[in-house]
Amino acid sequence: MATVRPRAVLVGAVALAGMAVLAVLTLGTGDFPIAPGDVVRTLAGQGTAAHAFIINELRLPRVVTAVLVGMALAASGATFQSLTRNPLGSPDVLGIVNGASTAGLAVVVLGGTSAQLSLAAVAGGVAAALLIQLVGGRRGLHGYRFILVGVGMAAILNGISGWLLTKGVQMENARAMLWLTGSFDGRGWEEALPLLGVLVVAVPFLALACGPGLRMLEMGDDIAAGLGVPVRRVRTGALLAAALVVACAAAAAGPVNFVALIAPNIARRLTRAPGPNLLPSMAVGALLTVGADWLAMHSGYPLPVGVVTGALGGAYLVWLLVSQRKAGRI
Amino acid sequence: MSRLSGTGMTLAYDKRVIAEELSVDIPDGSFTVIIGPNACGKSTLLRALARLLKPAVGTVLLDGSDVHTLPTRTVARTLGLLPQSSTAPDGITVAELVARGRYPHQSLLRRWSTEDETVVTESMAATGVGDLADRSVDELSGGQRQRVWIAMALAQQTPLLLLDEPTTYLDIAHQIEVLDLCADLHEKQGRTLVAVLHDLNHAARYATHLIAMRGGRVARAGAPADVLTAALVEEVFGLPCRVIDDPETGTPLVVPAARKKSSAHAEV
Repeated sequence: MATVRPRAVLVGAVALAGMAVLAVLTLGTGDFPIAPGDVVRTLAGQGTAAHAFIINELRLPRVVTAVLVGMALAASGATFQSLTRNPLGSPDVLGIVNGASTAGLAVVVLGGTSAQLSLAAVAGGVAAALLIQLVGGRRGLHGYRFILVGVGMAAILNGISGWLLTKGVQMENARAMLWLTGSFDGRGWEEALPLLGVLVVAVPFLALACGPGLRMLEMGDDIAAGLGVPVRRVRTGALLAAALVVACAAAAAGPVNFVALIAPNIARRLTRAPGPNLLPSMAVGALLTVGADWLAMHSGYPLPVGVVTGALGGAYLVWLLVSQRKAGRI
Repeated sequence: MSRLSGTGMTLAYDKRVIAEELSVDIPDGSFTVIIGPNACGKSTLLRALARLLKPAVGTVLLDGSDVHTLPTRTVARTLGLLPQSSTAPDGITVAELVARGRYPHQSLLRRWSTEDETVVTESMAATGVGDLADRSVDELSGGQRQRVWIAMALAQQTPLLLLDEPTTYLDIAHQIEVLDLCADLHEKQGRTLVAVLHDLNHAARYATHLIAMRGGRVARAGAPADVLTAALVEEVFGLPCRVIDDPETGTPLVVPAARKKSSAHAEV
């Protein structure tokens, strides 16, 4: 708070640079490979017309969506982990993402349009957040109560998702399963731009309006209140904004697994700074999604990106649990 | 009238009533200590005075206004609080934690200033943690950590400071260290201190004003020498004892009565 930590800036810059390299490689990947140099030239507006069409029209929207989804998931995860004071208290564990995916799935199974799917996903995520706060948040969001209600909510919603899939028609189920895994295939500006709009509003709100209060809340509700933090207002504002952001990310690309959980953890480990680490987390989140998408493309088999983040995230989680156990923290 | 007082308060968590018709007055410039048995409502009273708990009935007055009608930030610039348990965020340094005490003096437009820097340095010096400024709070001993938290409360620069059991979990040397520090803050900086303490002898030695509570009521309040009598300790804690003069300070010293030996042994 007193000063900007140079280490945090470095982490953000390195993550963004890595993300940019991977983005250029991804833009060059496909049925018509383009060399990285040509990709950069084309992005700068100096490429051939053919390259310009392939990159700007066909491939760029997908990569931009991946970047934005990564940033959105990480911003939401960082905020939730700060609110719950728990490194595992992320929106995918607490059922917020499940709210979005179940609502989206319902629309897919009922044969709705993409626009309806997006709206349903956003509404489902925010509704899940409100419900969890209503049932489990009476004494604050940091207790076991909130976490357990959230985990329970995730389980119930998963059950409903399974039921919806058994009710769906074969064709729609294939689409539904793909959406449920999370994928950037065929994502265009119509997915990227609304998400960008939400991020442009929500991130400054989270960073500037909620950030200082959230940092105080990490020390405990009483001490934060004693320091003059409007505890309820900050908490509700941050919860709703973070739920909205993650629901919009799910609406854009489906519930891409684990990024919301691990990006803030990685960022915190690297910056070694207290607080939500919002901006470094977002940089790491974008690096993760773009990197996972690149890996998915080079896996030799067309994997949806959610499978890759799931595998990476699972491995990281196991490592985290083992190292925390060795350190005697759990 | 004093700056901080509570009148006719009913204090309750949900439906569990802790205290009824509770009235207290914190004399300006005092080091007030609240004592009483477990679950007598001491901490609840402190929470009510600190605006963390809204009385179901009655009011807490701060500078003549109901504390719940005042803006949060105004209260936070007048009244500081050190709760019983606080969590130092992972990896935070001493200077950073103390700097958080400046929160009520900052806003979106008014960020960190040289005045903030000065106050943080002074607060660390006053609590003797200046040398630890760049150390991580996790690495400190219990006594050092408590001094850091007190430094944070000092950096808030409030004329009134409430401390909930500041000596709990500390060994005897660190307890005295923290209490000496509180006495210094009271005497040198002229702050009004209110602390909940368990140790009656510490309370008697350091307090200028003592409030003894039992069952959600004030049993007696006043100067330690007047409040802390053998009769009161028996009434409030149910503990037979003698009260003698502390050989160091002349303040009351509570000596619990010896365990009664069974008559069979006594006869032999």
